[in-house]
Amino acid sequence: MQAYVTLTRRELGSFFVSATGFLVIAAAAFLQGLSWVVLVAQLQAEPTPLPITQLFYSTPYFWLILQLATPVITMRLFALEKASGTFETLMTTPVTELQVVLAKYTAALVFYVLLWLPSLACVLILRHFINTPTALDPGLLASTFLGITLLGGLFMALGCFASALAHTQIMAAMLSFTLGFTLFLLSLLSGRVTVAGGWQEELLTRVALMDHMNDFARGLVDVRHLVFYLSLTAWFLFLTVRVVESRRWK
Amino acid sequence: MFFIRPPAGLVAKLPLARAMSDGLMIEVSNLTKRYAGHTAVSGISFAVRRGEIVGLVGSNGAGKSTTLRILSGYLPASGGTVRVAGFDVFAQSMEVRRRIGYMPENNPLHPEMRVREYLKFRARLKGLSWGQTRQRVDMVLQQCGLVEAQKSVIGQLSKGYRQRVGLADALVHEPELLILDEPTIGLDPRQIRSVRQLIKSLAGRHTVLVSSHILSELEMTCHRMVILHEGRIAAADTPDNLQALMGGRGQVVAEIAASQAELQAAFDTIAEIRHADISPVAGDFFRCALTPQDGVDLRSRVFNLALQRGWPVRELTRQRHTLEDIYVRLTRVEEEET
Repeated sequence: MQAYVTLTRRELGSFFVSATGFLVIAAAAFLQGLSWVVLVAQLQAEPTPLPITQLFYSTPYFWLILQLATPVITMRLFALEKASGTFETLMTTPVTELQVVLAKYTAALVFYVLLWLPSLACVLILRHFINTPTALDPGLLASTFLGITLLGGLFMALGCFASALAHTQIMAAMLSFTLGFTLFLLSLLSGRVTVAGGWQEELLTRVALMDHMNDFARGLVDVRHLVFYLSLTAWFLFLTVRVVESRRWK
Repeated sequence: MFFIRPPAGLVAKLPLARAMSDGLMIEVSNLTKRYAGHTAVSGISFAVRRGEIVGLVGSNGAGKSTTLRILSGYLPASGGTVRVAGFDVFAQSMEVRRRIGYMPENNPLHPEMRVREYLKFRARLKGLSWGQTRQRVDMVLQQCGLVEAQKSVIGQLSKGYRQRVGLADALVHEPELLILDEPTIGLDPRQIRSVRQLIKSLAGRHTVLVSSHILSELEMTCHRMVILHEGRIAAADTPDNLQALMGGRGQVVAEIAASQAELQAAFDTIAEIRHADISPVAGDFFRCALTPQDGVDLRSRVFNLALQRGWPVRELTRQRHTLEDIYVRLTRVEEEET
Protein backbone atom coordinates (compact mmCIF):
# COMPACT_ATOMS: atom_id res chain seq x y z
CA MET A 1 0.00 0.00 0.00
CA GLN A 2 2.81 2.38 0.92
CA ALA A 3 4.56 1.67 -2.37
CA TYR A 4 1.29 2.20 -4.29
CA VAL A 5 0.61 5.57 -2.65
CA THR A 6 4.23 6.71 -3.06
CA LEU A 7 4.28 5.76 -6.72
CA THR A 8 0.90 7.32 -7.47
CA ARG A 9 2.00 10.59 -5.90
CA ARG A 10 5.19 10.69 -7.92
CA GLU A 11 3.40 9.84 -11.16
CA LEU A 12 0.76 12.47 -10.57
CA GLY A 13 3.40 15.01 -9.61
CA SER A 14 5.37 14.35 -12.78
CA PHE A 15 2.37 15.46 -14.87
CA PHE A 16 2.71 18.93 -13.43
CA VAL A 17 6.48 19.49 -13.46
CA SER A 18 6.59 19.81 -17.23
CA ALA A 19 4.68 22.19 -19.45
CA THR A 20 3.00 19.23 -21.14
CA GLY A 21 0.58 18.64 -18.29
CA PHE A 22 -0.59 22.23 -18.23
CA LEU A 23 -0.77 22.38 -22.03
CA VAL A 24 -3.04 19.35 -22.07
CA ILE A 25 -5.27 20.88 -19.40
CA ALA A 26 -5.41 24.19 -21.27
CA ALA A 27 -6.22 22.53 -24.58
CA ALA A 28 -8.95 20.41 -23.00
CA ALA A 29 -10.42 23.42 -21.20
CA PHE A 30 -10.45 25.36 -24.47
CA LEU A 31 -12.22 22.57 -26.37
CA GLN A 32 -14.76 22.12 -23.59
CA GLY A 33 -15.49 25.84 -23.52
CA LEU A 34 -15.86 25.85 -27.28
CA SER A 35 -18.28 22.96 -27.22
CA TRP A 36 -20.47 24.73 -24.64
CA VAL A 37 -20.48 27.94 -26.66
CA VAL A 38 -21.54 26.01 -29.74
CA LEU A 39 -24.23 24.21 -27.75
CA VAL A 40 -25.71 27.32 -26.25
CA ALA A 41 -25.78 29.01 -29.67
CA GLN A 42 -27.65 26.02 -31.06
CA LEU A 43 -30.13 26.09 -28.19
CA GLN A 44 -30.87 29.73 -28.84
CA ALA A 45 -31.62 28.95 -32.45
CA GLU A 46 -33.96 26.07 -31.77
CA PRO A 47 -35.19 24.83 -28.39
CA THR A 48 -35.03 21.09 -27.77
CA PRO A 49 -36.53 18.77 -25.17
CA LEU A 50 -33.26 16.82 -24.77
CA PRO A 51 -31.15 17.43 -21.65
CA ILE A 52 -28.14 19.58 -22.34
CA THR A 53 -25.70 16.91 -21.12
CA GLN A 54 -26.91 14.62 -23.86
CA LEU A 55 -26.45 17.29 -26.48
CA PHE A 56 -22.89 17.62 -25.26
CA TYR A 57 -22.04 14.22 -26.73
CA SER A 58 -23.48 15.10 -30.07
CA THR A 59 -20.70 17.66 -30.52
CA PRO A 60 -17.43 16.16 -31.74
CA TYR A 61 -15.44 17.90 -29.01
CA PHE A 62 -15.99 15.25 -26.35
CA TRP A 63 -14.62 12.50 -28.57
CA LEU A 64 -11.79 14.69 -29.81
CA ILE A 65 -10.61 15.35 -26.27
CA LEU A 66 -10.86 11.67 -25.37
CA GLN A 67 -8.96 10.53 -28.48
CA LEU A 68 -6.18 13.08 -28.14
CA ALA A 69 -5.77 13.23 -24.37
CA THR A 70 -5.44 9.45 -23.92
CA PRO A 71 -2.15 9.03 -25.81
CA VAL A 72 -0.68 12.23 -24.39
CA ILE A 73 -1.50 11.27 -20.80
CA THR A 74 -0.51 7.62 -20.99
CA MET A 75 2.42 7.48 -23.41
CA ARG A 76 5.08 8.29 -20.84
CA LEU A 77 3.86 5.95 -18.08
CA PHE A 78 6.03 2.94 -18.92
CA ALA A 79 7.75 3.87 -22.18
CA LEU A 80 9.63 6.82 -20.70
CA GLU A 81 10.88 4.81 -17.73
CA LYS A 82 12.01 2.00 -19.98
CA ALA A 83 13.80 4.38 -22.33
CA SER A 84 15.55 6.32 -19.55
CA GLY A 85 16.42 3.21 -17.54
CA THR A 86 14.58 4.21 -14.37
CA PHE A 87 12.40 1.16 -14.91
CA GLU A 88 15.37 -0.89 -13.78
CA THR A 89 15.77 1.03 -10.52
CA LEU A 90 12.01 0.84 -10.00
CA MET A 91 11.71 -2.90 -10.53
CA THR A 92 14.66 -3.71 -8.26
CA THR A 93 12.89 -2.16 -5.26
CA PRO A 94 10.47 -4.34 -3.30
CA VAL A 95 7.36 -3.41 -5.31
CA THR A 96 5.13 -5.80 -7.22
CA GLU A 97 4.18 -5.43 -10.87
CA LEU A 98 0.54 -5.02 -9.85
CA GLN A 99 1.39 -2.09 -7.54
CA VAL A 100 3.32 -0.36 -10.30
CA VAL A 101 0.58 -0.81 -12.91
CA LEU A 102 -2.20 0.27 -10.56
CA ALA A 103 -0.26 3.33 -9.38
CA LYS A 104 0.43 4.50 -12.92
CA TYR A 105 -3.16 3.82 -13.95
CA THR A 106 -4.56 5.69 -10.94
CA ALA A 107 -2.37 8.72 -11.65
CA ALA A 108 -3.46 8.79 -15.30
CA LEU A 109 -7.13 8.46 -14.37
CA VAL A 110 -6.94 11.21 -11.76
CA PHE A 111 -5.30 13.53 -14.29
CA TYR A 112 -7.99 12.65 -16.83
CA VAL A 113 -10.76 13.46 -14.36
CA LEU A 114 -9.06 16.79 -13.62
CA LEU A 115 -9.25 17.54 -17.34
CA TRP A 116 -13.04 17.47 -17.17
CA LEU A 117 -13.46 19.85 -14.26
CA PRO A 118 -13.66 22.92 -16.54
CA SER A 119 -16.82 21.55 -18.11
CA LEU A 120 -18.35 21.35 -14.64
CA ALA A 121 -17.64 25.07 -14.35
CA CYS A 122 -19.36 25.59 -17.71
CA VAL A 123 -22.44 23.80 -16.37
CA LEU A 124 -22.51 25.96 -13.25
CA ILE A 125 -22.22 29.17 -15.27
CA LEU A 126 -24.98 28.03 -17.58
CA ARG A 127 -27.15 27.18 -14.61
CA HIS A 128 -26.72 30.65 -13.22
CA PHE A 129 -28.25 32.22 -16.32
CA ILE A 130 -30.88 29.62 -17.05
CA ASN A 131 -34.53 30.13 -16.08
CA THR A 132 -35.59 26.54 -15.53
CA PRO A 133 -33.49 24.91 -12.80
CA THR A 134 -34.73 21.45 -13.79
CA ALA A 135 -32.74 21.65 -17.03
CA LEU A 136 -29.57 20.77 -15.14
CA ASP A 137 -30.47 18.12 -12.64
CA PRO A 138 -27.62 17.07 -10.26
CA GLY A 139 -28.44 13.40 -10.79
CA LEU A 140 -28.10 13.90 -14.53
CA LEU A 141 -24.75 15.60 -14.05
CA ALA A 142 -23.57 12.80 -11.78
CA SER A 143 -24.48 10.07 -14.27
CA THR A 144 -22.87 12.08 -17.08
CA PHE A 145 -19.63 12.35 -15.13
CA LEU A 146 -19.84 8.67 -14.24
CA GLY A 147 -20.01 7.96 -17.98
CA ILE A 148 -17.07 10.24 -18.71
CA THR A 149 -15.02 8.58 -15.96
CA LEU A 150 -15.88 5.03 -17.01
CA LEU A 151 -15.07 5.70 -20.66
CA GLY A 152 -11.91 7.52 -19.65
CA GLY A 153 -10.99 4.65 -17.33
CA LEU A 154 -11.16 2.22 -20.24
CA PHE A 155 -9.12 4.47 -22.50
CA MET A 156 -6.47 5.03 -19.80
CA ALA A 157 -6.19 1.25 -19.40
CA LEU A 158 -5.72 0.94 -23.17
CA GLY A 159 -3.03 3.63 -22.95
CA CYS A 160 -1.26 1.86 -20.07
CA PHE A 161 -1.22 -1.35 -22.06
CA ALA A 162 0.17 0.43 -25.14
CA SER A 163 2.84 2.19 -23.07
CA ALA A 164 3.91 -1.06 -21.43
CA LEU A 165 4.29 -2.70 -24.85
CA ALA A 166 6.18 0.14 -26.52
CA HIS A 167 9.84 1.04 -26.14
CA THR A 168 9.50 4.73 -26.95
CA GLN A 169 6.90 7.33 -26.12
CA ILE A 170 6.08 7.94 -29.79
CA MET A 171 5.35 4.27 -30.31
CA ALA A 172 3.24 4.21 -27.17
CA ALA A 173 1.24 7.24 -28.31
CA MET A 174 0.61 5.79 -31.75
CA LEU A 175 -0.38 2.42 -30.37
CA SER A 176 -2.80 3.81 -27.79
CA PHE A 177 -4.31 6.17 -30.37
CA THR A 178 -4.79 3.24 -32.74
CA LEU A 179 -6.43 1.10 -30.06
CA GLY A 180 -8.71 3.92 -28.91
CA PHE A 181 -9.60 5.00 -32.42
CA THR A 182 -10.44 1.42 -33.40
CA LEU A 183 -12.91 1.22 -30.54
CA PHE A 184 -14.36 4.57 -31.57
CA LEU A 185 -14.69 3.52 -35.22
CA LEU A 186 -16.43 0.30 -34.21
CA SER A 187 -18.93 2.28 -32.21
CA LEU A 188 -19.39 4.70 -35.10
CA LEU A 189 -19.98 1.73 -37.36
CA SER A 190 -22.61 0.28 -35.07
CA GLY A 191 -24.66 3.46 -35.52
CA ARG A 192 -24.46 3.34 -39.30
CA VAL A 193 -24.50 -0.30 -40.24
CA THR A 194 -27.07 -2.91 -39.37
CA VAL A 195 -25.78 -6.43 -39.35
CA ALA A 196 -28.32 -9.18 -38.93
CA GLY A 197 -27.30 -11.88 -36.49
CA GLY A 198 -23.97 -13.57 -35.88
CA TRP A 199 -21.02 -12.37 -33.81
CA GLN A 200 -20.74 -9.19 -35.87
CA GLU A 201 -24.04 -7.89 -34.57
CA GLU A 202 -23.15 -8.96 -31.06
CA LEU A 203 -19.83 -7.12 -31.25
CA LEU A 204 -21.28 -3.94 -32.75
CA THR A 205 -24.07 -3.61 -30.20
CA ARG A 206 -21.62 -4.22 -27.34
CA VAL A 207 -19.05 -1.61 -28.35
CA ALA A 208 -21.54 1.14 -29.14
CA LEU A 209 -19.67 3.69 -27.01
CA MET A 210 -21.78 6.56 -28.29
CA ASP A 211 -25.02 4.84 -27.34
CA HIS A 212 -23.58 4.13 -23.91
CA MET A 213 -22.70 7.77 -23.45
CA ASN A 214 -26.14 8.83 -24.56
CA ASP A 215 -27.66 6.60 -21.91
CA PHE A 216 -25.42 8.04 -19.20
CA ALA A 217 -26.19 11.60 -20.34
CA ARG A 218 -29.91 10.87 -20.16
CA GLY A 219 -29.43 9.83 -16.56
CA LEU A 220 -29.66 6.14 -17.33
CA VAL A 221 -27.07 4.07 -15.50
CA ASP A 222 -27.32 0.68 -17.17
CA VAL A 223 -25.63 -2.15 -15.27
CA ARG A 224 -24.65 -3.75 -18.58
CA HIS A 225 -22.65 -0.64 -19.42
CA LEU A 226 -21.01 -0.63 -16.00
CA VAL A 227 -20.02 -4.27 -16.40
CA PHE A 228 -18.79 -3.61 -19.94
CA TYR A 229 -16.46 -0.77 -18.96
CA LEU A 230 -15.26 -2.19 -15.66
CA SER A 231 -14.52 -5.64 -17.06
CA LEU A 232 -12.77 -4.32 -20.17
CA THR A 233 -10.70 -1.96 -18.03
CA ALA A 234 -9.75 -4.79 -15.69
CA TRP A 235 -8.84 -6.97 -18.67
CA PHE A 236 -6.47 -4.40 -20.15
CA LEU A 237 -4.89 -3.72 -16.76
CA PHE A 238 -4.39 -7.45 -16.34
CA LEU A 239 -2.72 -7.57 -19.76
CA THR A 240 -0.51 -4.65 -18.74
CA VAL A 241 0.63 -6.49 -15.61
CA ARG A 242 1.46 -9.52 -17.75
CA VAL A 243 3.47 -7.38 -20.17
CA VAL A 244 5.43 -5.82 -17.29
CA GLU A 245 6.03 -9.29 -15.83
CA SER A 246 7.15 -10.71 -19.18
CA ARG A 247 10.67 -9.37 -18.53
CA ARG A 248 10.95 -12.14 -15.98
CA TRP A 249 10.07 -14.96 -18.36
CA LYS A 250 12.53 -14.08 -21.10
CA MET B 1 37.97 -20.47 -4.15
CA PHE B 2 39.84 -18.02 -2.01
CA PHE B 3 38.27 -15.63 0.44
CA ILE B 4 39.58 -12.66 2.34
CA ARG B 5 38.03 -12.54 5.74
CA PRO B 6 37.16 -9.13 7.11
CA PRO B 7 38.46 -8.66 10.66
CA ALA B 8 36.46 -10.97 12.91
CA GLY B 9 35.38 -8.28 15.37
CA LEU B 10 34.01 -6.12 12.60
CA VAL B 11 31.48 -8.66 11.41
CA ALA B 12 30.18 -9.38 14.89
CA LYS B 13 29.46 -5.69 15.41
CA LEU B 14 27.36 -5.33 12.29
CA PRO B 15 23.75 -4.48 13.09
CA LEU B 16 22.59 -6.11 9.88
CA ALA B 17 24.80 -9.17 9.91
CA ARG B 18 22.55 -12.08 10.62
CA ALA B 19 23.84 -15.23 12.19
CA MET B 20 24.36 -17.35 9.15
CA SER B 21 26.30 -20.54 9.26
CA ASP B 22 28.27 -19.95 6.10
CA GLY B 23 28.44 -16.13 6.25
CA LEU B 24 28.01 -15.84 2.52
CA MET B 25 26.26 -12.81 1.08
CA ILE B 26 26.26 -13.91 -2.54
CA GLU B 27 26.44 -17.42 -3.87
CA VAL B 28 26.49 -17.74 -7.63
CA SER B 29 26.72 -21.23 -8.98
CA ASN B 30 26.87 -22.19 -12.61
CA LEU B 31 25.09 -19.02 -13.69
CA THR B 32 24.27 -18.86 -17.37
CA LYS B 33 22.44 -16.17 -19.29
CA ARG B 34 21.55 -16.55 -22.94
CA TYR B 35 20.02 -13.80 -25.00
CA ALA B 36 18.54 -14.57 -28.37
CA GLY B 37 21.54 -15.54 -30.46
CA HIS B 38 24.36 -15.26 -27.97
CA THR B 39 25.46 -16.31 -24.53
CA ALA B 40 26.34 -13.36 -22.30
CA VAL B 41 27.36 -15.35 -19.24
CA SER B 42 28.24 -19.02 -19.35
CA GLY B 43 28.43 -21.12 -16.22
CA ILE B 44 30.16 -18.77 -13.79
CA SER B 45 30.43 -19.50 -10.08
CA PHE B 46 31.69 -17.28 -7.31
CA ALA B 47 30.83 -16.31 -3.77
CA VAL B 48 31.11 -13.16 -1.70
CA ARG B 49 31.39 -13.07 2.08
CA ARG B 50 29.57 -10.60 4.26
CA GLY B 51 31.45 -7.34 4.63
CA GLU B 52 33.68 -7.95 1.64
CA ILE B 53 34.24 -5.51 -1.19
CA VAL B 54 34.51 -7.47 -4.40
CA GLY B 55 35.30 -6.07 -7.81
CA LEU B 56 33.90 -7.47 -11.01
CA VAL B 57 36.27 -6.62 -13.81
CA GLY B 58 36.06 -7.19 -17.52
CA SER B 59 36.16 -5.43 -20.83
CA ASN B 60 32.96 -4.16 -22.36
CA GLY B 61 30.66 -7.04 -23.19
CA ALA B 62 32.35 -9.46 -20.79
CA GLY B 63 29.07 -10.06 -18.98
CA LYS B 64 29.45 -7.76 -15.97
CA SER B 65 26.19 -5.87 -16.28
CA THR B 66 24.25 -9.01 -17.12
CA THR B 67 25.59 -10.71 -14.00
CA LEU B 68 24.70 -7.72 -11.82
CA ARG B 69 21.22 -7.43 -13.32
CA ILE B 70 20.56 -11.07 -12.49
CA LEU B 71 21.91 -10.58 -8.97
CA SER B 72 19.58 -7.63 -8.44
CA GLY B 73 16.62 -9.69 -9.62
CA TYR B 74 15.91 -7.54 -12.67
CA LEU B 75 16.65 -10.26 -15.18
CA PRO B 76 16.08 -14.00 -14.81
CA ALA B 77 18.95 -16.42 -15.32
CA SER B 78 18.85 -18.99 -18.12
CA GLY B 79 20.54 -21.54 -15.90
CA GLY B 80 22.24 -21.99 -12.55
CA THR B 81 21.31 -20.53 -9.19
CA VAL B 82 21.98 -17.22 -7.50
CA ARG B 83 21.39 -16.70 -3.81
CA VAL B 84 21.67 -13.40 -2.00
CA ALA B 85 21.73 -13.54 1.82
CA GLY B 86 20.46 -17.10 1.48
CA PHE B 87 17.45 -16.19 -0.67
CA ASP B 88 17.01 -17.30 -4.25
CA VAL B 89 16.99 -14.17 -6.44
CA PHE B 90 14.22 -15.48 -8.65
CA ALA B 91 11.91 -17.40 -6.34
CA GLN B 92 12.32 -15.06 -3.35
CA SER B 93 12.82 -11.88 -5.31
CA MET B 94 11.08 -9.59 -2.78
CA GLU B 95 13.30 -10.75 0.10
CA VAL B 96 16.35 -10.15 -2.04
CA ARG B 97 15.21 -6.74 -3.27
CA ARG B 98 14.69 -5.58 0.32
CA ARG B 99 18.31 -6.37 1.08
CA ILE B 100 20.08 -4.86 -1.90
CA GLY B 101 20.89 -1.36 -3.02
CA TYR B 102 21.40 -1.45 -6.75
CA MET B 103 22.85 1.27 -8.93
CA PRO B 104 22.56 0.28 -12.60
CA GLU B 105 24.96 1.22 -15.34
CA ASN B 106 24.55 4.86 -16.46
CA ASN B 107 22.76 5.59 -13.18
CA PRO B 108 19.23 6.37 -14.38
CA LEU B 109 17.40 9.03 -12.32
CA HIS B 110 14.26 11.10 -12.65
CA PRO B 111 15.67 14.36 -14.04
CA GLU B 112 12.61 16.42 -13.12
CA MET B 113 12.83 15.70 -9.39
CA ARG B 114 14.82 17.50 -6.72
CA VAL B 115 17.57 15.58 -4.93
CA ARG B 116 15.90 15.40 -1.52
CA GLU B 117 12.49 14.75 -3.02
CA TYR B 118 13.91 11.89 -5.10
CA LEU B 119 15.67 10.28 -2.15
CA LYS B 120 12.53 10.57 -0.04
CA PHE B 121 10.52 8.96 -2.84
CA ARG B 122 13.01 6.12 -3.14
CA ALA B 123 13.15 5.58 0.63
CA ARG B 124 9.36 5.37 0.86
CA LEU B 125 9.29 3.02 -2.12
CA LYS B 126 11.74 0.77 -0.32
CA GLY B 127 9.37 0.58 2.64
CA LEU B 128 10.90 3.00 5.16
CA SER B 129 8.55 4.73 7.60
CA TRP B 130 8.29 8.54 7.53
CA GLY B 131 10.55 8.88 10.56
CA GLN B 132 13.16 6.51 9.15
CA THR B 133 12.93 8.23 5.80
CA ARG B 134 13.74 11.65 7.22
CA GLN B 135 16.60 10.28 9.29
CA ARG B 136 18.11 8.13 6.56
CA VAL B 137 17.77 10.77 3.83
CA ASP B 138 19.59 13.28 6.04
CA MET B 139 22.26 10.72 6.70
CA VAL B 140 22.92 9.73 3.08
CA LEU B 141 22.85 13.38 1.99
CA GLN B 142 25.68 13.94 4.43
CA GLN B 143 27.49 10.72 3.59
CA CYS B 144 27.48 11.45 -0.14
CA GLY B 145 28.23 15.16 0.16
CA LEU B 146 24.87 16.26 -1.17
CA VAL B 147 23.69 18.53 1.63
CA GLU B 148 24.17 21.73 -0.39
CA ALA B 149 22.66 20.18 -3.50
CA GLN B 150 19.56 18.72 -1.83
CA LYS B 151 17.20 21.29 -3.32
CA SER B 152 18.67 21.16 -6.83
CA VAL B 153 16.80 19.62 -9.73
CA ILE B 154 18.58 16.39 -10.65
CA GLY B 155 18.56 17.12 -14.38
CA GLN B 156 20.63 20.25 -13.82
CA LEU B 157 23.32 18.61 -11.70
CA SER B 158 26.77 17.74 -13.01
CA LYS B 159 27.59 14.14 -13.74
CA GLY B 160 29.58 13.78 -10.53
CA TYR B 161 26.68 14.99 -8.41
CA ARG B 162 24.22 12.77 -10.25
CA GLN B 163 26.49 9.82 -9.51
CA ARG B 164 26.38 10.74 -5.83
CA VAL B 165 22.59 10.87 -5.96
CA GLY B 166 22.62 7.35 -7.42
CA LEU B 167 24.89 6.17 -4.63
CA ALA B 168 22.76 7.89 -2.00
CA ASP B 169 19.71 6.13 -3.42
CA ALA B 170 21.45 2.76 -3.29
CA LEU B 171 22.40 3.40 0.34
CA VAL B 172 19.22 5.02 1.63
CA HIS B 173 17.58 1.89 3.07
CA GLU B 174 20.83 0.60 4.62
CA PRO B 175 21.01 -2.46 2.41
CA GLU B 176 23.11 -5.44 3.39
CA LEU B 177 24.42 -5.71 -0.15
CA LEU B 178 25.33 -2.89 -2.49
CA ILE B 179 25.55 -3.65 -6.18
CA LEU B 180 27.20 -0.85 -8.13
CA ASP B 181 27.54 -1.13 -11.89
CA GLU B 182 30.36 1.08 -13.17
CA PRO B 183 29.92 3.76 -10.49
CA THR B 184 32.88 5.83 -11.68
CA ILE B 185 32.30 5.80 -15.42
CA GLY B 186 32.53 9.25 -16.98
CA LEU B 187 33.81 10.97 -13.83
CA ASP B 188 36.93 13.11 -13.56
CA PRO B 189 39.88 11.83 -11.47
CA ARG B 190 38.93 13.83 -8.39
CA GLN B 191 35.35 12.60 -8.47
CA ILE B 192 36.59 9.04 -9.03
CA ARG B 193 38.68 9.41 -5.91
CA SER B 194 35.78 10.59 -3.81
CA VAL B 195 33.57 7.75 -5.04
CA ARG B 196 36.36 5.30 -4.30
CA GLN B 197 36.75 6.67 -0.78
CA LEU B 198 33.02 6.43 -0.22
CA ILE B 199 32.98 2.79 -1.31
CA LYS B 200 35.96 2.04 0.89
CA SER B 201 34.21 3.61 3.87
CA LEU B 202 31.35 1.16 3.41
CA ALA B 203 33.54 -1.90 3.99
CA GLY B 204 32.44 -3.97 6.93
CA ARG B 205 29.06 -2.34 7.32
CA HIS B 206 27.93 -3.37 3.86
CA THR B 207 28.91 -6.01 1.40
CA VAL B 208 29.80 -4.33 -1.87
CA LEU B 209 29.94 -5.78 -5.36
CA VAL B 210 31.28 -3.19 -7.75
CA SER B 211 32.03 -3.49 -11.44
CA SER B 212 34.44 -1.62 -13.63
CA HIS B 213 36.34 -2.04 -16.84
CA ILE B 214 39.31 -0.20 -15.36
CA LEU B 215 41.34 -2.52 -13.19
CA SER B 216 43.52 -0.01 -11.40
CA GLU B 217 40.39 1.61 -10.06
CA LEU B 218 39.27 -1.50 -8.21
CA GLU B 219 42.75 -2.62 -7.23
CA MET B 220 42.83 -0.06 -4.42
CA THR B 221 39.28 -0.55 -3.16
CA CYS B 222 38.58 -4.24 -3.35
CA HIS B 223 39.44 -7.14 -1.11
CA ARG B 224 39.00 -9.49 -3.97
CA MET B 225 38.50 -9.34 -7.70
CA VAL B 226 36.62 -11.50 -10.14
CA ILE B 227 37.90 -11.07 -13.68
CA LEU B 228 35.33 -11.84 -16.32
CA HIS B 229 36.21 -12.50 -19.91
CA GLU B 230 33.66 -13.36 -22.57
CA GLY B 231 31.13 -14.59 -20.05
CA ARG B 232 33.57 -16.75 -18.11
CA ILE B 233 35.68 -16.18 -15.01
CA ALA B 234 39.29 -15.75 -16.07
CA ALA B 235 40.56 -15.34 -12.50
CA ALA B 236 39.21 -14.66 -9.03
CA ASP B 237 41.53 -13.76 -6.19
CA THR B 238 42.94 -10.98 -4.02
CA PRO B 239 44.89 -8.28 -5.85
CA ASP B 240 48.08 -9.52 -4.15
CA ASN B 241 47.53 -13.10 -5.16
CA LEU B 242 46.79 -12.02 -8.69
CA GLN B 243 50.17 -10.31 -8.63
CA ALA B 244 51.78 -13.53 -7.46
CA LEU B 245 49.96 -15.40 -10.18
CA MET B 246 52.12 -13.59 -12.69
CA GLY B 247 55.00 -15.76 -11.52
CA GLY B 248 58.06 -14.38 -9.73
CA ARG B 249 58.18 -11.08 -7.97
CA GLY B 250 59.00 -8.07 -10.04
CA GLN B 251 62.37 -6.78 -11.03
CA VAL B 252 64.27 -4.41 -8.80
CA VAL B 253 65.46 -1.23 -10.42
CA ALA B 254 68.28 0.75 -8.84
CA GLU B 255 70.05 3.87 -10.04
CA ILE B 256 73.55 3.87 -8.59
CA ALA B 257 76.58 6.11 -9.23
CA ALA B 258 79.53 3.74 -9.80
CA SER B 259 81.42 2.39 -12.78
CA GLN B 260 79.73 -0.24 -14.88
CA ALA B 261 82.44 -2.82 -14.31
CA GLU B 262 82.31 -2.40 -10.53
CA LEU B 263 78.57 -2.78 -10.56
CA GLN B 264 78.67 -5.87 -12.77
CA ALA B 265 81.29 -7.49 -10.54
CA ALA B 266 79.36 -6.68 -7.38
CA PHE B 267 76.07 -8.08 -8.73
CA ASP B 268 77.83 -11.28 -9.85
CA THR B 269 78.72 -12.01 -6.22
CA ILE B 270 75.07 -11.99 -5.15
CA ALA B 271 73.62 -15.42 -5.83
CA GLU B 272 69.98 -14.31 -5.71
CA ILE B 273 70.42 -12.12 -8.79
CA ARG B 274 69.66 -14.17 -11.82
CA HIS B 275 70.34 -11.45 -14.33
CA ALA B 276 71.59 -7.87 -14.18
CA ASP B 277 71.00 -5.36 -16.93
CA ILE B 278 73.10 -2.19 -16.55
CA SER B 279 72.69 0.87 -18.72
CA PRO B 280 74.01 4.43 -18.33
CA VAL B 281 71.57 7.25 -17.55
CA ALA B 282 71.98 10.99 -17.02
CA GLY B 283 74.78 12.05 -14.66
CA ASP B 284 77.23 9.46 -13.33
CA PHE B 285 74.42 7.08 -12.61
CA PHE B 286 73.73 3.66 -14.05
CA ARG B 287 70.34 2.11 -14.19
CA CYS B 288 70.47 -1.49 -13.00
CA ALA B 289 67.53 -3.76 -13.76
CA LEU B 290 67.94 -6.82 -11.60
CA THR B 291 65.95 -9.98 -12.15
CA PRO B 292 65.82 -12.05 -8.93
CA GLN B 293 65.40 -15.72 -8.24
CA ASP B 294 61.77 -16.62 -7.56
CA GLY B 295 60.20 -14.94 -4.59
CA VAL B 296 63.28 -13.01 -3.42
CA ASP B 297 63.11 -9.34 -2.57
CA LEU B 298 66.46 -7.84 -3.63
CA ARG B 299 65.95 -4.33 -2.32
CA SER B 300 67.69 -4.69 1.03
CA ARG B 301 70.61 -6.57 -0.55
CA VAL B 302 71.17 -3.83 -3.06
CA PHE B 303 70.86 -1.15 -0.41
CA ASN B 304 73.41 -2.86 1.85
CA LEU B 305 75.77 -3.32 -1.08
CA ALA B 306 75.66 0.37 -1.93
CA LEU B 307 76.11 1.28 1.72
CA GLN B 308 79.22 -0.91 2.08
CA ARG B 309 80.82 0.52 -1.04
CA GLY B 310 79.74 4.07 -0.36
CA TRP B 311 77.91 4.37 -3.70
CA PRO B 312 75.25 7.04 -3.95
CA VAL B 313 71.79 5.62 -4.71
CA ARG B 314 69.01 7.83 -6.08
CA GLU B 315 66.36 5.25 -6.82
CA LEU B 316 65.53 1.80 -5.54
CA THR B 317 62.17 0.26 -6.45
CA ARG B 318 60.66 -3.10 -7.00
CA GLN B 319 58.46 -3.14 -10.04
CA ARG B 320 54.99 -4.55 -9.61
CA HIS B 321 53.00 -5.89 -12.45
CA THR B 322 50.04 -3.67 -12.76
CA LEU B 323 46.80 -5.56 -12.75
CA GLU B 324 46.39 -4.21 -16.23
CA ASP B 325 49.25 -6.48 -17.32
CA ILE B 326 47.67 -9.38 -15.50
CA TYR B 327 44.35 -8.73 -17.10
CA VAL B 328 45.78 -8.52 -20.59
CA ARG B 329 47.82 -11.65 -20.00
CA LEU B 330 44.91 -13.63 -18.57
CA THR B 331 42.57 -12.73 -21.36
CA ARG B 332 45.22 -13.40 -23.98
CA VAL B 333 45.85 -16.88 -22.58
CA GLU B 334 42.14 -17.50 -22.76
CA GLU B 335 42.02 -16.48 -26.39
CA GLU B 336 44.94 -18.71 -27.29
CA GLU B 337 43.23 -21.68 -25.65
CA THR B 338 40.04 -21.27 -27.57
